[in-house]
Amino acid sequence: MALDKKGIAKRIAKELQNGYYVNLGIGIPTLVANYIPDDMTVFLQSENGLLGMGPFPYEEEVDADLINAGKQTVTTLPGASLFSSADSFEMIRGGHIDLTVLGAMEVDQNGDIANWKIPGKMVKGMGGAMDLVAAARNIIVAMRHTNRAGESKLLKKCTLPLTGVNCIKKVVTDLAFLEIKEGAFHLIERAPGVTIEEIKEKTEGTLIINGDIPEMCID
Amino acid sequence: MNKVYSNAAEAIKDIANDSILMLGGFGLCGIPENCITALVAQGTTGLTCISNNAGVDDFGIGLMLKTKQVKKMISSYVGENAEFERQLLSGELEVELTPQGSLAEKIRAGGAGIPAFFTATGYGTEIAEGKETRQIDGRWYVLEPALKADFALVKAWKGDRLGNLMFKGTARNFNPMMAMAGKITIAEVEELVEPGELDPNYIHTPGIYVQRIFQGVDYEKRIEQRTVQTKES
Repeated sequence: MALDKKGIAKRIAKELQNGYYVNLGIGIPTLVANYIPDDMTVFLQSENGLLGMGPFPYEEEVDADLINAGKQTVTTLPGASLFSSADSFEMIRGGHIDLTVLGAMEVDQNGDIANWKIPGKMVKGMGGAMDLVAAARNIIVAMRHTNRAGESKLLKKCTLPLTGVNCIKKVVTDLAFLEIKEGAFHLIERAPGVTIEEIKEKTEGTLIINGDIPEMCID
Repeated sequence: MNKVYSNAAEAIKDIANDSILMLGGFGLCGIPENCITALVAQGTTGLTCISNNAGVDDFGIGLMLKTKQVKKMISSYVGENAEFERQLLSGELEVELTPQGSLAEKIRAGGAGIPAFFTATGYGTEIAEGKETRQIDGRWYVLEPALKADFALVKAWKGDRLGNLMFKGTARNFNPMMAMAGKITIAEVEELVEPGELDPNYIHTPGIYVQRIFQGVDYEKRIEQRTVQTKES
């Protein structure tokens, strides 16, 4: 059975390592924060100028001067630090962030990503997405395998305006965990109960399947 | 030397039509509320506003959009504003979208005497169209020019009469770089104190960057997404 949003987040959480500095995008990526193992220290970066972001505040702790990149009220954890937007993107651009997780509308087999603009629709802006994809050493895209019309989001070539080129190496969808290398999607794991046939059928880009593909372990 | 103004109206009085402004803030956090209110009252038009976001319909820069005072926005994300969308689609408003990190660095560069810089951000995308690109150590970069403003409007938590500023929480965001990049920087503060009252170890923006400062009033500090957890959870 295909994974739900929580399942995708749980699988991505398995990629975390102790001491990682991590930037989580809006949507499914944000959920990854809920599955950080208790015995692990992970520092969440919010690009509006906070490292060591904590959970949402209790009502009496709400502080208008403390928000995340989604403009939600948040808290700081012990050991947190605050800084300007320039410092924040120096951390990002300078390659100091260990892992970035973000959503996408399309990803292609060359590692190009499109996630900010749909022609003909109101353009809201790229925010920090172009900076994040251009800089992070380790980026995981969290998204559904197909769009609402049932069309593949893993393409030979992105059709929407690009956010970045040749930058995505890992994708976790509701159906599979894939790596992008040498101009192709490599199937690494499949979601529990999902067949290789279904993944093949829903992947438009070149898909490489080597040997037995294990099921994901998400719990 | 006197940098202290009595209020926002006095501090922004000489901002003329068609000026280029920088306005601090991320969303509605750390925005110069008093200066925006005063600009709306003064009715200055044709403004170019460099600000990460464009406020919401009835707060922040949204107030200046409603009164059609803004000619152009330079921002990274403008999503929360219906009036903005209407003016953009009708062609009344020009928008230059800039990746957030490049925007922050363009402003910092403007204040730091760096005319332009190379960044990998946006390479291969429409953001790089018409810009110089260069390969350095095997990687491609885009040349991004610095940004400066006639006036930078910043909001700080505390400031002294010499213009030294301290920020609180994530309300710092774009304010320190904008303070550097304004020909005239106007700082509004929640608490204006005497020199010596702020510990020099904890000054975020040195007073050299600030030409005018005033004690702000009636801060609303509106929250866009009030998210809380309950004790049970």
